[in-house]
Amino acid sequence: MKVAYYPGCSLHGTAEEYDESTQMVCEALGIELKELDDWSCCGATSAHCTNDKLSVALAARNLALAEKGQHKTLTVPCSACFQRLKAADYRMREDKQLAGEIVSLIEMPYAGNIEVLQIIQILAQPEIVEKIRVSVKKPLKDLKSVCYYGCLTVRPPKVTKVGDYEDPMYMDVLMETVGADNRFWSYKTECCSGGLAMARSDITKRLSGVLLTMADEADAECVVVSCPMCHANLDTRQNALLAEGKIPRKMPILYVTELLALAMGIKEVGALWSKHLVDPRPLLSSKGLA
Amino acid sequence: MQAKEIAQSQLDSKLLEEIENKTHTKVSACFQCLKCSSGCPLAYEMDYLPAQIIRMVNMGLRDEVLRSRTIWVCASCETCTTRCPNDIDIAHVMDALRETALRSGKAETEENLRHFHEAFLSAIKTWGRVHELQMIGMYKLKTGRFMEDADIGKEMFKRGKIKLLPETTRGRRAVKRIFKKTS
Ligand code: SF4
Ligand code: SF4
Repeated sequence: MKVAYYPGCSLHGTAEEYDESTQMVCEALGIELKELDDWSCCGATSAHCTNDKLSVALAARNLALAEKGQHKTLTVPCSACFQRLKAADYRMREDKQLAGEIVSLIEMPYAGNIEVLQIIQILAQPEIVEKIRVSVKKPLKDLKSVCYYGCLTVRPPKVTKVGDYEDPMYMDVLMETVGADNRFWSYKTECCSGGLAMARSDITKRLSGVLLTMADEADAECVVVSCPMCHANLDTRQNALLAEGKIPRKMPILYVTELLALAMGIKEVGALWSKHLVDPRPLLSSKGLA
Repeated sequence: MQAKEIAQSQLDSKLLEEIENKTHTKVSACFQCLKCSSGCPLAYEMDYLPAQIIRMVNMGLRDEVLRSRTIWVCASCETCTTRCPNDIDIAHVMDALRETALRSGKAETEENLRHFHEAFLSAIKTWGRVHELQMIGMYKLKTGRFMEDADIGKEMFKRGKIKLLPETTRGRRAVKRIFKKTS
């Protein structure tokens, strides 16, 4: 299987461990990722919050590049980039006049023939799940996890086309496949505050504090994520939250692809643990996994 | 919120049409069920609930919505849009109100959030991709909040998560032209 790959800015910066683990897992599963040539930023929250046309054009430029490269499927690990690319595609489909304006802004045609999928949507396809099942070398036995999807993996469904938008299962299926003691909880798609973190860290602390407390209530030992923004918001503020008594304990936040790589016995994943602010090694070694 | 009297002259009959045209969403279909607001994770930070903003757009309270805190602390989580029984794209309405507030110079509160968006976009405009260090630097210069989150920044830098040098793309000129044509 060959798919175009849009890493997005986070995966080349704050979320390198997501990029690297995604590549490791895909290589092991025979999914060939072709990085989109000349990709640029999707515009993220800041573009759509302040300039509508700019936000559609910045995202659409990447869709047009994928089409130019004759790709059919474009995979995007970051939930925020995914939602921006999907939203641009949706808007251009719904509004032909806007589509015309965007094409002239990006100076490239776009016929709307690109299917944008999150990496977790690809990995959770039944035939890939079977491949993962047979490649498990180190089952994540006794690792108590909750999967956290956040907002932009699923919402709004008219744009993301995700059916189970209140109770997505992609990562839960993957965690169960690799033998984790995966827990259910009601906070899968609650908001972590997204892009408010830098200017309003008080909001981020409040929302991520609730999520971490609820993960603890569900008796989880780690939170599994698929979005760099969710990861940063949950991982980076735990010292302060603990000191203020807002969370019962610190808890590692892991990308789903890191845990898949670990279970599949890909040794290189070990180099990624030191990238986390909350070090996952004590937990993983207590389970005989690192 | 305190009840206050509104004079007919304060109502701007064009606001509804303007926002509906920008968002292709039927704001006038709102029947105030409050579903959008009961699920909003930022409601506790807002001066007006999302449903009140929608009502105010319907009524034409232009200055009040454009000056509100609500439009800036909205995290674009899309819960409201997902749940509205009348298919009103409330999150998109928030986008349109923010843009209108900026373009008309009416944005009043949450200056730091606006500085953040500006710093973020400026990094994309220069490189075609986000350069975290430039973005953070510019944000701190604008806000003067140098020490805030410095500990987290240091830990991320140590782990190679914040790069000294920007990554760029051949298409950065094309990206710059998009900025120019949409400014
Ligand atoms: S959910 Fe929709 S109809 Fe109900 S109050 Fe909000 S905007 Fe109005
Ligand atoms: S998109 Fe904004 S207004 Fe709507 S529920 Fe989320 S935070 Fe609230």
